[in-house]
Amino acid sequence: MVVPTSAAAGLDAAAVRADFPVLAEQVHERPLVYLDNAATSQKPRAVIDALRTYYETYNANIHRGLHALSERATAEYEDARARVARFINAAHPHEVIFTRGTTEAINLVARGWGDENVGEGDEILLTEMEHHSNLVPWQMLAQRTGASLRYIPMDVEGRIDLQAYARMFRPRTRLVAVTHMSNVLGTITPAAELIEIAHQHDVPVLLDAAQSIPHLPVDVQALDADFVAFSGHKMLGPTGIGVLYGREALLDAMEPLFGGGSMIRVVELHQSTWTALPYKLEGGTPNIAGAIGLGAAVDYLQTVGMPEVTAHEHELTEYALNLLSDLDGVRLFGPKDARDRGGVISFYVGDVHPHDVGTLLDADGIAVRAGHHCAQPLMRKLGVAATARASLYLYNTAAEVDCLADGIARAKAFFE
Amino acid sequence: MTLEDLYREVIMDHYRRPRNRGALDDANVVMEGVNPLCGDEIKLWLNIDDAGVITGASFDGHGCSISQSSASIMTEAVIGKPLADAHAVIADFRGMMLDGDAPDELRLGDGVALEGVRKFPVRIKCAVLSWNTLKLGLDEHAAAGGQRVELQHSES
Ligand SMILES: Cc1ncc(COP(=O)(O)O)c(C=O)c1O
Repeated sequence: MVVPTSAAAGLDAAAVRADFPVLAEQVHERPLVYLDNAATSQKPRAVIDALRTYYETYNANIHRGLHALSERATAEYEDARARVARFINAAHPHEVIFTRGTTEAINLVARGWGDENVGEGDEILLTEMEHHSNLVPWQMLAQRTGASLRYIPMDVEGRIDLQAYARMFRPRTRLVAVTHMSNVLGTITPAAELIEIAHQHDVPVLLDAAQSIPHLPVDVQALDADFVAFSGHKMLGPTGIGVLYGREALLDAMEPLFGGGSMIRVVELHQSTWTALPYKLEGGTPNIAGAIGLGAAVDYLQTVGMPEVTAHEHELTEYALNLLSDLDGVRLFGPKDARDRGGVISFYVGDVHPHDVGTLLDADGIAVRAGHHCAQPLMRKLGVAATARASLYLYNTAAEVDCLADGIARAKAFFE
Repeated sequence: MTLEDLYREVIMDHYRRPRNRGALDDANVVMEGVNPLCGDEIKLWLNIDDAGVITGASFDGHGCSISQSSASIMTEAVIGKPLADAHAVIADFRGMMLDGDAPDELRLGDGVALEGVRKFPVRIKCAVLSWNTLKLGLDEHAAAGGQRVELQHSES
């Protein structure tokens, strides 16, 4: 992929920032420097307005009423689905299942697909850098079924050993569930290769794209992905809405997790039949406003342009890696080369505990995350209990990275 | 809210020069306290004699400046105290941190310096980890009729 520089492509950070009301906030009497985007992103006015317009002008349940408001709400909800489908280049809108987020999407697969297709003695391949939400559901499935989990060899920078991976497949390998971008190391995994190798063994792949889809152009058909999970709130959308993308045939064969309204065809006293995709997997009244907000978020990202977003973040990441690695006593985790990674930068400052770093940066108005980032096995592999983590998005600037570097230097001096 | 509220000089002093750090020989209460949310860990050793006096206390562990200094301060506050007095100090500290009660400052000693942590709600757990661990240790020691106890405490 040729990534244009943000200068050439013209991502105008000042104009982008003006679209995000919260970025004008002060924190502890300092301008907010928001570098916790891997936890959740901020929302542009377009998304906030879409939510308000729904609630103020056409709030209604969907697929039920025959009245005007319900018809409009239904149309907007389905339009959001179609836009999300286009955003990831799904073959059909009904391959986009709305969920609460990545966690629910993965659990949906672990239950609805896993319980049907994974049994005693079967194997699921994972990596040690998975977020707990792409780890615990598989442990639960393994416990229910007697299947086992195996870990794909990788180094401490999260680089997967593809040759070793290719040798792991056995007749009982049923699924590969891997992250597309580590939320701790920033490492971008070679998704296309991982999928291609798995498919040579007729094994489907679930991609945890919670950190990749917000930041990189992702084409699920080009990747030939089977399942892809992501969260709206990390890509400028509201909380409480996310997506399970699944290949039609796989979703069709899945059992629903939630029985209830909307997902049935005929209900009798002792049995029922399911309706078609996508509703079969969306039992109950969904997060209508959330889906509409996610549709607006996707529009916003497409207006800016995903290649431009990626290029801008790439440039900033490179800048941040250079600046921070020059700081005395700062240890950076993840790939050194910005080409192999996104803008998620975990670090350790001297022997100052990440919580102290987080508190000191917060006093400067800089929001970072400190902790295990829901990746305890990875923390163990890195030999730390926690890290501090700065994570970038389209509205961040080099000046903010400078603030971070200054804040880190001050934190270090404070504890010396 | 200022950083000085959190990182008082006394606290930084205990963090940089921890008192009573390292294992205690012949301890009859050995506790481990962990905060799974942030990975802070405290190991705590106590010597309680037959008369019910804490004749020795020490700690080790890793974690943030607040959790480590708080443990150091705590060992100083309870060494040489009869169990009833130790319980009173624990109640002072926990009351101050969790409920905002005014402590008996003389009894609590350097522990008073941690009061500012209350202005940083996410850090309160760091400060109380060692004290909760101590409380459980004393309670279990009493329940075991003075027998040696070795236990793990985990913040929820
Ligand atoms: C890689 C990764 N997977 C999964 C999740 C879980 O996302 P959510 O909490 O939105 O379900 C996150 C977010 O924290 C993540 O970073």
